[in-house]
Amino acid sequence: MNNLVVAPIVIPLITGAVLIFSPRRLSFQRWVSVASCLIGLVVNIALMHRVWNQGIQPFYAGNLPAPFGITFVADLMSAAFVTVTSVTALAVLFFSIYSLDEQVEQSYYYAAFQFLLVGVNGSFLTGDIFNLFVFFEVMLLASYLLISLGGRRLQMQETLKYALINNVASSFFLLAVAGLYRTYGTLNMADLAQRISASDSNGWLSAIGIVFLVVFGVKAAMVPLHFWLPQPYFAGPTAIVAFFGGILTKVGVYTILRTFTLIFVEETAWTHGRVLLPLALLTMVVGIIGAIAQTDFKKVLAFHIVSQIGYMLMGIAFLTPLALAGTIIFVAHQMIVKSGLFLCAGAAERISGTTDLKEMSGLMTTHGGLAALFFLAALALVGVPPLSGFFGKLTLIRAGLEAQRFFSVALAITVGLGTLFSMIKIFRLSFWGEVRGERRLSRESVEYKRMMLPVGALVVLAVAMGLGAEHVLTYAQAAAEQILDRRAYVAAVLPGIGLDLGF
Amino acid sequence: MEVLAAIAVGIVVACSAYLMLTREIIRVILGSLLMGYGINLALFMAGGIKTGGPPVLTGDEVGAVTDPVPQALILTAIVIGLGVFALLLALGYRTYQETDTDDLEELVG
Repeated sequence: MNNLVVAPIVIPLITGAVLIFSPRRLSFQRWVSVASCLIGLVVNIALMHRVWNQGIQPFYAGNLPAPFGITFVADLMSAAFVTVTSVTALAVLFFSIYSLDEQVEQSYYYAAFQFLLVGVNGSFLTGDIFNLFVFFEVMLLASYLLISLGGRRLQMQETLKYALINNVASSFFLLAVAGLYRTYGTLNMADLAQRISASDSNGWLSAIGIVFLVVFGVKAAMVPLHFWLPQPYFAGPTAIVAFFGGILTKVGVYTILRTFTLIFVEETAWTHGRVLLPLALLTMVVGIIGAIAQTDFKKVLAFHIVSQIGYMLMGIAFLTPLALAGTIIFVAHQMIVKSGLFLCAGAAERISGTTDLKEMSGLMTTHGGLAALFFLAALALVGVPPLSGFFGKLTLIRAGLEAQRFFSVALAITVGLGTLFSMIKIFRLSFWGEVRGERRLSRESVEYKRMMLPVGALVVLAVAMGLGAEHVLTYAQAAAEQILDRRAYVAAVLPGIGLDLGF
Repeated sequence: MEVLAAIAVGIVVACSAYLMLTREIIRVILGSLLMGYGINLALFMAGGIKTGGPPVLTGDEVGAVTDPVPQALILTAIVIGLGVFALLLALGYRTYQETDTDDLEELVG
């Protein structure tokens, strides 16, 4: 009875299929999707609880044994990410109800959102490289639809570019899958890990690994493959961009985290140290320079996504238990805080009718609650103790010092200052100063209060993650040790097969 | 045979790269479709080619069977490709309607 493992995929799938038949019955659409997300959240917490108590949970579709059938695997890391995703999804859904135009909501918005969740949860839980491709495509198709809803000129042209770039990346994904299958004759991750440790590929494996890095790097917005990100994130509806900014790029990071700890570990000095680490540092620096140069609320945040991806990749490149624990905390923290910040941008846009920072100054005078929530979320992003960002960064930096990567650590701290600078810039330009520009929603309006609810929930969660850092760190360290213990992963997914192969 | 297939993959991908470097939306979309086809052929080759080897186990001779997994994989990839292509065409047409141009140079920024 491991059906709990596929429940995070099946629940949104059924909900999406139901919702697609009645796009115009809005209250039905809204409450069914919120109810589905709530059920999903409960199920995900139950899954996390079970993985914590009973170890890695595999699920074999149709009861076919592992290397032959379709396998789903829930370990501590994926269970945690799925849970944080459902929290974020719930907040974004609430925000969508009160911030989107009805016309957008009626254009299959809620159905597409559920299918997006299918893709994201599937990517987190799959135990098979080809199914990862399938779930990526589910996720991408839904994302093309969601980001183009509304159909303004800028949106259409940016969605087209976004779709084309991701389509080319998907072709490369298939190419890498072909290489992997030709070499090892399997696509099951556990089976791959076991066969790889049993043979020496003379560098061929690392070559395939780099193709995968390119594919996942496009999804994760790793420099120099980040160029597609800021424009569509600027053009799309802010509610949905909040989910994209929080979750979609992290799916790319998760896949790198999974494959570069389980499969592509043959020449870590080269793949992690010489390729991934410089790219990670470059990602941090390029992202923060972009963020400092922008004066648009959404564009600053979009460039920040790129910069923060750099920290996560740096943790993966160090490849120590502590660094991976830091990466896991950082990913979870970013999912919550980044979505919260984008929702703040969405609320500010709804209030002032613009996202240009200079056109909306004085928001603190008219809407103090939004200013306070943004301030807390921004501090959490920068990493001020005791908020969630601090412990993620602290763990990463401690891991860097232990691994004696002093240059990387120095750069990470410097980039943190840049983050602080650009957050202060947003606060100074749009929240401080004299009241300028129009105000479409008053502080007393019901719409404004309801929009603050999901933002407030995410900020409270960020604060709670910081205050309960001890528990978060314990969980993340257990998760990191679990993903580094490849032998246990293989033993859990392929019972009785991988044990005698001496690794 | 596999060498020939490899050359064919190269030609198809080269054509798709050429199409994707042009400026018209429809050509770029066709180019990305063609790239998918080229890569599907490469994926097909990942199982190897055997003369007269059906992908079904009929007798006891395991050696005479062609590996069916890559064929199942490209079937999936073709179906997904169809869906993505339909969506890309619709997206390209809507972009053309909104912007009154099919020249990508005019869609910068």
